[in-house]
Amino acid sequence: MRRFLRPGHDPVRERLKRDLFQFNKTVEHGFPHQPSALGYSPFLRLMAIGTRSGAIKLYGAPGVEFMGLHEENNTVMQIHFIPDQNEVGHEECEECGVAEYISPTQSWGVFSRPVLSQEECQLVTLLDDNSLHLWSLKQHGGTSELREEHRFTLKGPPGSPPSATQVTAVLPHSSREVLYLGTESGSIFVVELPSFRVLEDRTITPEAVLQRIPEDNCNRRSCELVEALQEHPKNPDQILIGYSRGLIVLWDLQNNKATHHFLGSQQLENLYWQRDGSKFISCHYDGSYSQWPVSSDNRQAEPLENTVPYGPFPCKAISKIYWQTTKNGLPYIIFQGGMPRASYGDRHSISVIHGSQQTAFDFTSRVIDFFIIFSSDPAAEFDDPSALVVLAEEELVVIDLKSAGWPAVHPPYLASLHCSAITCSHHVSNIPLKLWERIISAGSKQNIHYSSMPWPIDGGTNIAPDPPQRDLLLTGHEDGTVRFWDASGVCLHLLYKLSTVRVFLTDADPNDNMNTLGEDEWPPLRKVGTFDPYSDDPRLGIQKIYLCKYSGYLAVAGTAGQVLVMELNDEDAEHVVDHAEADLLQDQEGYRWKGHEKLKTRDGPVRFEAGFQPFVLVQCQPPAVVTSLALHSEWKLVAFGTSHGFGLFDHQQKRLVFVKCTLHPSDQLALEGPLSRVKSLKKSLRQSFRRIRRSRVSSRKRRGGGGNASEVQEANAKFDQDVLQEMELAPVQRKIEARSAEDSFTGFVRTLYFADTFLRDSSRHCPSLWAGTNGGTVYAFCLRVPPAERRMDEPVRAEQAKEIQLMHRAPVVGILVLDGRSTPLPEPLEVAHDLSKSPDMQGSHQLLVVSEEQFKVFTLPKVSSKLKLKLTALEGCRVRKVTVANFGSCKTDDYSENDLAVLTNLGDIQIISLPFLKLQIRYPCIRKEDVSGIASCVFTKYGQGFYLISPSEFERFSLSTKWLVEPRCIVDMPEVTSNNHVHKSGTENAARNSRGPGRSSGDCGEDERKSGRLMEHALLNDEKVLKEIQSTLEGGRGSYAEKNLARSPLGHGLSNGGAD
Amino acid sequence: MSRAPRGAAGSRGLGTMEVKSKFGAEFRRFSLERSKPGKFEEFYGLLQHVHKIPNVDVLVGYTDIHGDLLPINNDDNYHKAVSTANPLLRIFIQRKEDADYSAFGTDTVTRKKNVLSNVLRPDNHKKKPHIVISMPQDFRPVSSIIDVDILPETHRRVRLYKYGTDKPLGFYIRDGSSVRVTPHGLEKVPGIFISRLVPGGLAQSTGLLAVNDEVLEVNGIEVSGKSLDQVTDMMIANSRNLIITVRPANQRNNVVRNSRTSGSSGQSTESSLPSSTPNILGNLLQGEEESDEEDIIIEDSGEPQQIPKAAPASESTESLSQIELLHESTQNGFLPSSEMNLNHSAGSISMEYEDPEPGRKSLEEDGTIITL
Repeated sequence: MRRFLRPGHDPVRERLKRDLFQFNKTVEHGFPHQPSALGYSPFLRLMAIGTRSGAIKLYGAPGVEFMGLHEENNTVMQIHFIPDQNEVGHEECEECGVAEYISPTQSWGVFSRPVLSQEECQLVTLLDDNSLHLWSLKQHGGTSELREEHRFTLKGPPGSPPSATQVTAVLPHSSREVLYLGTESGSIFVVELPSFRVLEDRTITPEAVLQRIPEDNCNRRSCELVEALQEHPKNPDQILIGYSRGLIVLWDLQNNKATHHFLGSQQLENLYWQRDGSKFISCHYDGSYSQWPVSSDNRQAEPLENTVPYGPFPCKAISKIYWQTTKNGLPYIIFQGGMPRASYGDRHSISVIHGSQQTAFDFTSRVIDFFIIFSSDPAAEFDDPSALVVLAEEELVVIDLKSAGWPAVHPPYLASLHCSAITCSHHVSNIPLKLWERIISAGSKQNIHYSSMPWPIDGGTNIAPDPPQRDLLLTGHEDGTVRFWDASGVCLHLLYKLSTVRVFLTDADPNDNMNTLGEDEWPPLRKVGTFDPYSDDPRLGIQKIYLCKYSGYLAVAGTAGQVLVMELNDEDAEHVVDHAEADLLQDQEGYRWKGHEKLKTRDGPVRFEAGFQPFVLVQCQPPAVVTSLALHSEWKLVAFGTSHGFGLFDHQQKRLVFVKCTLHPSDQLALEGPLSRVKSLKKSLRQSFRRIRRSRVSSRKRRGGGGNASEVQEANAKFDQDVLQEMELAPVQRKIEARSAEDSFTGFVRTLYFADTFLRDSSRHCPSLWAGTNGGTVYAFCLRVPPAERRMDEPVRAEQAKEIQLMHRAPVVGILVLDGRSTPLPEPLEVAHDLSKSPDMQGSHQLLVVSEEQFKVFTLPKVSSKLKLKLTALEGCRVRKVTVANFGSCKTDDYSENDLAVLTNLGDIQIISLPFLKLQIRYPCIRKEDVSGIASCVFTKYGQGFYLISPSEFERFSLSTKWLVEPRCIVDMPEVTSNNHVHKSGTENAARNSRGPGRSSGDCGEDERKSGRLMEHALLNDEKVLKEIQSTLEGGRGSYAEKNLARSPLGHGLSNGGAD
Repeated sequence: MSRAPRGAAGSRGLGTMEVKSKFGAEFRRFSLERSKPGKFEEFYGLLQHVHKIPNVDVLVGYTDIHGDLLPINNDDNYHKAVSTANPLLRIFIQRKEDADYSAFGTDTVTRKKNVLSNVLRPDNHKKKPHIVISMPQDFRPVSSIIDVDILPETHRRVRLYKYGTDKPLGFYIRDGSSVRVTPHGLEKVPGIFISRLVPGGLAQSTGLLAVNDEVLEVNGIEVSGKSLDQVTDMMIANSRNLIITVRPANQRNNVVRNSRTSGSSGQSTESSLPSSTPNILGNLLQGEEESDEEDIIIEDSGEPQQIPKAAPASESTESLSQIELLHESTQNGFLPSSEMNLNHSAGSISMEYEDPEPGRKSLEEDGTIITL
């Protein structure tokens, strides 16, 4: 009858649910996967990154983040900020511009035509499908939002080859009225903004260019493919056109003629104007760069200087170059590439030359693009570069050019989470201030080699309220490190990095440094960045992490059965790590472990830097991967489990309390290594196929009395084909079989849990340890922990008290004890720190066992089943992750409740009430095909969560109406008359519009609905566009521009990463 | 285990009890010690002895106070028979070869028939088929076709009861597509099909499922829109009591009901399940709930030990019947209670077949129940 009492019929509860639960994907942390383009607005001080999947992300000051997604999901090739209106007469070059200030009165033009709104930051993206997209940051409800405004694809006359309109270079003119689009054909099209109307009479064709060049040695081919377009820094009527074959033309837009031309002998890669417009630099395919003078007397100049910086042997191309002037006269020459082809051709480098100083920064991944941050004061006479910002494929590196030695700047966001692959994560909410400060201080000692320069990309204003609490996200990595991230706010920031490698003897010698280059090494390479995906030893990988935020005890466990218990120490120390071994197979005979060996430990004292320092090492035998870990800091006990069993270690007395083998005697697979299993299965299949084939062939051979080898080969090939065909024809099928005790990996320990509860009788509670296995077994051990005063004198004792076998035999993924008020028992030391009410020890306790298929509540101490919720039988989904989360009401401050947050194998998140196990709400979150995303998901204690959307990015989501961490920021156009960056109106706006931390759910829903509608609208529009294109093609080319103009502007809004 | 002693103690404490035993046309009378009835085997031997049929396999039955003919074939029902006999225990013996299993039944009272007539004139009872139950030694839920009366003729609902057999469920499912009638005409929709039966498995040995049967529901939940993996998980989660509704690939063996014209072809009705689905679903869920597995607990076990694989199969109340045991007697103490539960669940299962709408009950196939 219980099924008739499903939730959803009680209006009061329904209302409460709306106040408690709300699903939002709030922000993406980490480094964008597969970045493909970089843009920077020196005026707004915003950086934009485009990716191969069509995402565009804007970053400014920490906390200022915007995200947009092109519907096409095509690679973003180029990003160009539209120069600010206030910069009329200033120059804005391709990725970064010289914002030079000439005349304030000139800046407010009078326009008769629709022009780009002056209050908006706008940018243009070019995708690899040759489409251009105009994005703008619009203020909406007190925050800025990134929206796509228009899209456009350049179309040539009917019948022209696609290369005629293939855009290769984009120049947004400082007037904000037009875009110059250089193409593969050599033509430069002029497009009006924001309508994207092609101004055909202003097209600069190669023919027109050649006519105006008196030179005879220029032919049609010289003007193929526009490589670079640059506006003159002083004179907006002049643009510099660089053609791929080396011809460079300075074009006068007013008179439509070439004022200068320059003939380079090498294939051109890029151009750069010097600040005063008297000279420009070209860089070339052969690794050279040239400096050209622009003077009125000499119309065809020879280069002032032609250098191959890493010559004389053949060099790779210099793909981009900057020439930055300084007060002291010595320029900074910064260029990408140009390395000697033979010996350093594989390096990803950016060289900085300043006088006699020269460094080639050597990146571990491909350089996508880079820009220089220099004097943002338009009146300044010199560039005075301050920082070099490099977007490499796997990380963002910022180099401080002002400090001696050019140190790197520690980025506050865009952290490379994957500098070594993430193997596990652990979240700790609400860190006490003391521990927080100690971790930060330990981390700051590791970061001394970073520059102290404040973060140079500081556009926009973060108006989000301060994070409600201090949260830590700990990630375990393949190389044996644990990284501590500040996960309190929008910027995921590395606080401290812990390495466990020092405890072990590994093949890699720590002194074997890659950077042992001598003084006069040439080229002067210097490794920068942290991305290092290569692990010395996969056994070092971290699999489980448990941090006690009250005591500072940390337990980490790894791939080779190693369990380390650590303590936070503010000083460097040298000590011996106590070492113990736990033989989990003690009662079993005749087993042979086929996996990896255990890690070798270092003898004698080991020096540890300040931070978490290990003092106990337990190694499981066999050294299988540790699959579960629990630490009780009050009882000073650590429990660990593998696929063979589990053990309990007293880290106070440094003594193994007990081990329990959970291995089923018939389970042979568990004895093989963690990775050999799948492989060996596949291998054995393949081998058996081969065996069959061989036996067939050989028998045939014997009968035939010596068939020749080619026949055999033929037969082999045929058999191979047959097998292949059979395999292809056979549909995917699934075996339906009840689970039995003999299944493999039933002994795999999935969860461990400490609880002070009534295990034996209802009058006395005692410490207990609970373990759940893959085969649906729950073990409960009664523990006797001596009182504090005799803690060192008496041993901790354990005795098995209960064993529950769930008959559905599904893996147990969670165990929890609820107290007399049906509240989950507090964490160890939580009560001692007055942060939790002490548990109710009067009423009867309940045990909640969560298997992959069912939730079951049992009474304690006499175990009888009280409630259950079957998930798999009814919905066909399985529990992958489960956590107790506290949900507060956004309406009333004093109401909060505990529920279970559950992630299923279908990627759905369900919230299930406690203790009645009623499904409250369900949200689709992760695609079910995204297995690694589902596996990486971690919930916080207050209804938020993280999962990996790529190896380098965490998506943050929130289930709670109360705890919502999302970017809220505003970007204002700076005041024209003042060049300081105080956004007066912005802060006022913020004050006026800020609605406090509890952003109401209705509001958000409305936003979402709206954007959804807009999306639909956009799709419909798209169809219209298609029709238009068709009619245009049919009706000749005359009118398409007007039609484009008539089209209603489309825009699908993506508010600050609020949509996925 | 608990009822028999209670019955013995609670009934009249008379020293002896009269037994009247009938085999064929012969009667024998003897007496038994009511307080010490002994074991069934002894009683069986005694009967063979008094009827002078030492090597004949026989079935033993008795009439209870309601006049129902009930079998005696183990200690429990023997003790029950002895304890309830008032004052006379009437025993009926049949040869196993020509035994009429259908003579046993629980509803003989409602039939208002002399129990003897069933035994003596079996032809009489053949005219009026009634609920058939199998022999008590086989008492347990069995795999069967169910809900014939409420499902469209083109569908078949099969209950595969895993408990009590060592046979694997033994079948595979795959993705496929089927043609459905929709408001927009014929449409090809993805479906789940049985792709393979494992020889000797439960699915194959029942003969109720066949390769290429389309799976429509699993334990009352429609599978349309669910992925192969989801359906797999649902089936495995329900593997102890799996109820699959299929559209058999071979539509010639369908159950034909008299109340309907049999002209309707498979295609016309397959578009959806009957509108009464909620009811069925309710029944199914309820049934499933009752016959759900019980988890096992071992208390205070000092030694790691294997938990017995056999498990009680039914659960009539919410409370887990927990077995609290001493260290030594874990296994011994456990089994009888499971048997008791078995009897109970057998009763509840048999109730499911009581849909005695006489007009609808004539089946083309032989028997709705296939005993394993």
